[in-house]
This record gives sequence, C-alpha cells and structure tokens, in this order.
Amino acid sequence: MQEENVLEVQNLSVEFNGGLILDNLNFSVRRGEVLAIVGPNGAGKTVLFRSLLDLIPYSGEIDWKPGIRIGYVPQKLSIEHNFPLTVREFLEIKSAAGVRYSHHDIFQALESVGIKTGTDEKHHLEHHILNRPLGKLSGGELQRILIAWSMIGKPDVLLFDEPTAGIDAGGEETIYQLLHKLQMSATLTILMISHDLNIVYKYTDNVLCLNKKMLAFGRPKTILSQEGLASLYGGETEIIRHDHGYN
Amino acid sequence: MNYLQIITGIFVGIASGYLGSFMVLRRMALVGDALSHVALPGLALALLFNINPFIGAFAALFVGIVIVWFIENRTHLPTESLIGLFFTFSLAVGILITPRAELLEALFGDISKIAVMDAILAVVLSVLIMVVMRAISKKFTLSTLSTDLASSVGINVSRLNFIFLIMVAVIVALGIKAVGTLLTGALVIIPAISARNITSSLGAYTVGSAIFGLLSLLGGIFISSYFNLAPGPIIVLTSSVIFLVSFVLSNKNS
Repeated sequence: MQEENVLEVQNLSVEFNGGLILDNLNFSVRRGEVLAIVGPNGAGKTVLFRSLLDLIPYSGEIDWKPGIRIGYVPQKLSIEHNFPLTVREFLEIKSAAGVRYSHHDIFQALESVGIKTGTDEKHHLEHHILNRPLGKLSGGELQRILIAWSMIGKPDVLLFDEPTAGIDAGGEETIYQLLHKLQMSATLTILMISHDLNIVYKYTDNVLCLNKKMLAFGRPKTILSQEGLASLYGGETEIIRHDHGYN
Repeated sequence: MNYLQIITGIFVGIASGYLGSFMVLRRMALVGDALSHVALPGLALALLFNINPFIGAFAALFVGIVIVWFIENRTHLPTESLIGLFFTFSLAVGILITPRAELLEALFGDISKIAVMDAILAVVLSVLIMVVMRAISKKFTLSTLSTDLASSVGINVSRLNFIFLIMVAVIVALGIKAVGTLLTGALVIIPAISARNITSSLGAYTVGSAIFGLLSLLGGIFISSYFNLAPGPIIVLTSSVIFLVSFVLSNKNS
C-alpha cells in the first residue's frame, strides 16, 4: 500500500441475488482527502460503504491502512418519537461493543461537532442535549449527534451516507458548517455519499461517479460538468445555480 | 395463598417486565403472545407422557423460536402472516391433544398450584434472564436502533437476536404457569407500555417495566386470592389498570 493512502480498492464487485450491484471498482483514497461518491438512486453507493465496512460479502480487494479507525454515519436513523433513549445513553452505548469510551472521549466528540462541554455550558449541555430523548431531536440535531457518535474514539476515516438527507433548509446550513470544520482538521479523511452537488463542489477534493460501474473519478470541477452529469444520471441535465448565501 | 406463588410471582413479574421492555422496543410485542400459543402442543404432549410440563412447553417454544428466527433471518417470507398461521395452527392442535382435565389450567394458568421444584426453576431462570439481558442490553438497544450502526462496531446482530429469542422462549414458558397460554403475551407487553408512557430514558423505562411487572403479578395474586377468583385473568386486569393509571399520568404531563 502506498504511504499516503488510507484505502486502496481493487476490482471490487458485489453481487446480490444473481445481479451485479457493484462492477469492478478501482480507486484509492489519500489521507486527509474528502471524497464524494455521487450517482443516481440504486447506483450502489450505500452498498459500496457496506462493503468497505466489511458488512457484506464482496469480491476483489479492499485494503485499509492497518490500524485505521473508521467512523460511520448511516443514512437513515428512523426513530420513533417516544423511543426511550436519551442522547447521553445513546452516546454511552458505543461502549457496548468492546472498546470502553470514557466521558472524556464522549465530550471530545461533542466538541468536534461544535457542542460545547465546558463548565459554563454545563447546564445547557445537560438539559438541552444530554437528557433529551433521541426521538425528540430535530433532523439536524439528530444528524449532529450521529456525527458526534461516529467521532467518539477519534476515528481516522469517516464514512458519511447522505449528510443532509431529510434535513430542513435551516438545518442544512449547520451541517455544511460542521463538514467544513471537520474538513479543516487535516488528519481526518472523509468519504461522503451525497446527492447535494453544492457540498460536492465546495467541500470535496475528489468525486467518484458511480452507477454500478465507476464512471468517473477526478476533481469536482472537471467531473461535474453538464456532460458528466448527463452520462451519470442519464437523460437531459441542466445546471441551475442557487445562491444559498454562503461564501 | 402461599409463599411459593408469591415468590414465583415476584421473580417472574420482574423478569417478564424487564425482558418485555426490550421486546416492545423491538416491536416484538405480539411475538410473546404468538409464542405462548405455540407452547400448547408441547405442554399437552408433556402432560400426556407425564413429563414436567415446563419442559414440554419450552421444547415446543424452542422449535417455534428456531422457525421464527429462520423465517426472519434467512428468508424473505412475510414473517407476520406466517407467524399468524403458525400460532393459530399450534393452538388448535394443542387444544385437541391436551387432556380435558388440564385444559383449563393450560390455557389460563394457576399460579396458586405451583410446586416447589417449579418455583425454584422459575426463580433461577428469571434471575438468569435478568442477568443475561442486562449484559446484552446496550448491544441490543443499539441494534434495535440501527443494525448498520451496530454491525459497524462489530456487533453480531443475528447471534444477538437468537440469544434474545431463546430468552423470550424461556420467559413465555414461565409465564404460562402463571397466567396460561392465552394470556402470557400480556405479561411482556402491558408493563412495558405502561412504563413507556411515563419514562423517556432507557434506564427508567426498563426498570419501570420490571417494577410494573412485579406489581401486576403481586397485585393479581393478592386480589384473586382475596376474592377467590382465577389468578391468571386478574393478573392481566391488574396490569391493565396500572396501564390506565400511567396513561392518565402521561396525559397530565403533556
């Protein structure tokens, strides 16, 4: 494995029920890079993540740098409104599977997503965050907590499945800011599945266009041209620029 | 009223309340009910061959669990309807082969008739369930929330599900002695949903459910003994009243 890479994927294919979901993918990811994975629904993006996490059988090679810690933020966490689990309990639950995370680990993770844990903020932290039932959080708040969860134990790599799916416009902005903050910490490598071409343009170093096969791999500006998008999503495409007011 | 039924009631009440809280979390509330019906043929066969009915019930439940687990984890068959078929079929078979004299007790239970060995068995198994469930509670809750998240931190979800189902089989077998095959479902459902009305943290919810389970069993035993009524239905009615109270309290707060 090359020194600067955290991940090298060769000839990766995933088959399910006789059909090919991923077809011969080859790419590598450098340390500190932000890689976006885009493609239409059913292109196999989540399946790619599942194979990278070794959750499903695959053929080919997936080589992570030895000793690497991976954090995962899945796409949908549908949770009932009255699910009896507080944010605190949810954060502590990560200690269930072997590694014991301390209070300090949890607080560090919270700080990394912009939730203050100092003595001045203790009251706010307790009452407005930690003691709240997970089911009662808004989409954006839940997403932030999920990201914090994945950051417990200081992973080297984050796998993000659709960071802004199901979040209202106000919440979206805070997730963008959070992504920006995480990106600034240069040692964190991020792989991000996204439909949101806005984030892809702004925050990523490389883009992988996936539709079962790897259709393209390169820098956002070159890949996400009108022709690129047409071949990825099929049919006619038009690029309409919205100004969301960020710089 | 004797000490054996009180002790049994205490332990079975706490264990079924506690385990039931996780079943309801997993939306498996009706599995307990379905399984208790599946136990009946096993119970009947045990009675016919003079084996301890608990063993017969548990054997039938174990087969039932394996079939349910298999359907859910290995096939894409519609679990809900198949379980519906399976348990009504079992109930019908069970009713046919259970000796007439024991049928009423098999269906509705009678905790006042519990023997020493059965009481000891019930206490030991209840404690075992509480200890094991406590040990896997975090993993279990995480995988209830998201199997992806759970798997990503190395939890073997399908093995966890199997262990859980075994415990459900045991608690159902124990519950049959107390309230019979028709009403055992209530023991794992009602205390849990009562607790859910008035708690919002996992710790409070699971403990609350255990406490309500205890109160249902004890309350039911005392009331039925005092008025000389069948314990099984009275236990279920007691837990229903507790639910009503918790419901009223939850509405007052919101």
